[in-house]
Amino acid sequence: MTIRSAACIVGAFEHPTRHAPDKSHAQLHAEVAAGAIADAGLSRDDIDGYFCSGDAPGGLQSMLNYLNLTVRHVDSTDIGGVSPIVQVAHAAAAIALGRCNIALITLAGRPRADRVKTGTEPRIRHAAAPDVQWEYPYAVPTAASYALAARRHMHEFGTTSEQLAWIKVAASHHAQHNPNAVLRDVVTVEDVVTSPLVADPLHRLDCCVISDGGGAVVVARPEIARSLARPVVQVRGAGESTGHQHGGLIDLTRTAAVRSGPAAFAEAGVTPADIRYISLYDSFTITVLLQLEDLGFCAKGKGGAFVSDGALISGVGRLPFNTDGGGLCNNHPANRGGITKIIEAVRQLRGEAHPAVQVPDCTLALVHGTGGQLATRHGAGTLILERAA
Amino acid sequence: MTAERAIPPVRPDPESLPFWEAAREGRFLLRRCSACGQAHWFPRTLCPFCWSGDTAWEEASGLGTVYSWTVLRAGAVPNIVAYVELREGPRMLTDLVEVEPDAVAIGQLVEVVFRPTSDPDGPPVPMFRPR
Ligand SMILES: [Zn+2]
Repeated sequence: MTIRSAACIVGAFEHPTRHAPDKSHAQLHAEVAAGAIADAGLSRDDIDGYFCSGDAPGGLQSMLNYLNLTVRHVDSTDIGGVSPIVQVAHAAAAIALGRCNIALITLAGRPRADRVKTGTEPRIRHAAAPDVQWEYPYAVPTAASYALAARRHMHEFGTTSEQLAWIKVAASHHAQHNPNAVLRDVVTVEDVVTSPLVADPLHRLDCCVISDGGGAVVVARPEIARSLARPVVQVRGAGESTGHQHGGLIDLTRTAAVRSGPAAFAEAGVTPADIRYISLYDSFTITVLLQLEDLGFCAKGKGGAFVSDGALISGVGRLPFNTDGGGLCNNHPANRGGITKIIEAVRQLRGEAHPAVQVPDCTLALVHGTGGQLATRHGAGTLILERAA
Repeated sequence: MTAERAIPPVRPDPESLPFWEAAREGRFLLRRCSACGQAHWFPRTLCPFCWSGDTAWEEASGLGTVYSWTVLRAGAVPNIVAYVELREGPRMLTDLVEVEPDAVAIGQLVEVVFRPTSDPDGPPVPMFRPR
């Protein structure tokens, strides 16, 4: 049993807002849902599967009540901001099993309007979580967690801040063409490494933006996809996993992509060399570098050299990434970068990315995310998408 | 560091209570499995490596080396967060104290020191300082 060719992404919508003090959190979910359904050319009554995650206010039941949706398949998987990426695979599996035909996945939030101290203030998820007493006293917010990974990678492999900066530089080259992006100015390596330190060795410009908004995608049976007017984007393979402290044997230089990546490539029957465009979770520059290594785009420890000199810039380098500007420059709605990664890959495969960043003949794309915190618990999801003939 | 931040209190649970009671006496405990022989972090009743229930507390050396570290600069007082690789094997998330950021290095030898939290009746928490 495989999800290869079992489902297609038929609708995708990214909310244009990046600051939404005048909208409710649930309203943002509804607006992206309506946007994705309209993009697909479907109606709300066609939806028979609904997927949301930890960003949904009140959880899945509150969302279904608010949206007034009645469905026959639900999924509220939460492994951090990557969740929508694994939910596309879950939706494909549900469709393959006949549990639903048309699945809606929404992600939205307003941390900017709510002035959440994202990344720099620890959050307690659940007072009875077994790890709280061993973490909370030490004040390890998200930025510190990724900084610990970056420092260790530098120590083991000689990776430099300048190499990490190239990732932000590439994202900024793409964001200049995105009128909705939070940060539209092209930056240099020097701009990044001279920006203030947030958590050594990560600078302010090594971090993603904090933005309101969201996005949604619609996953449907291939017969339905072919009946619609949009180009057909097919799910070809997927993998998921999580990483954690492993009883004290944590390795900060490796993410769970070492498991999700090979599973996705095996299911899709392709290799990293076949990928024309890549959407990579970019909560921080180090996140991108670790994922590239763990997915097999370069050897472990060689990520710094791989990303340097514009290698990730569309039209310039060997592997165009996050051509919307990514979380680093464009949008990281609800502090979760999963949905926007899927949406830009769909734009690329449809040939609907901005002409300045559109990858020519983009037939095969990879979407990968890392949610949660690298120094404690994180989720990973890999999705390989193709444009069907 | 000249000043130290207020440390949030811990709430011991039935499984962790012996650790925190020992911490009040300045003793740093680890939990080790008799079935597979390995010490783990953080302490659990069932061994995280083999799920055996044959685990017991032992007094640890309190020594380790810095595996990675960062300085979080967002708060009023910069805070050095670290992973320390304990001499007994496991890597432990913690803070470094009594040291300036430019004097910290991966591989540095450190020792445990207990710091009070903002709850005067609660147990102190283990942190590490250069040895
Ligand atoms: Zn054991």
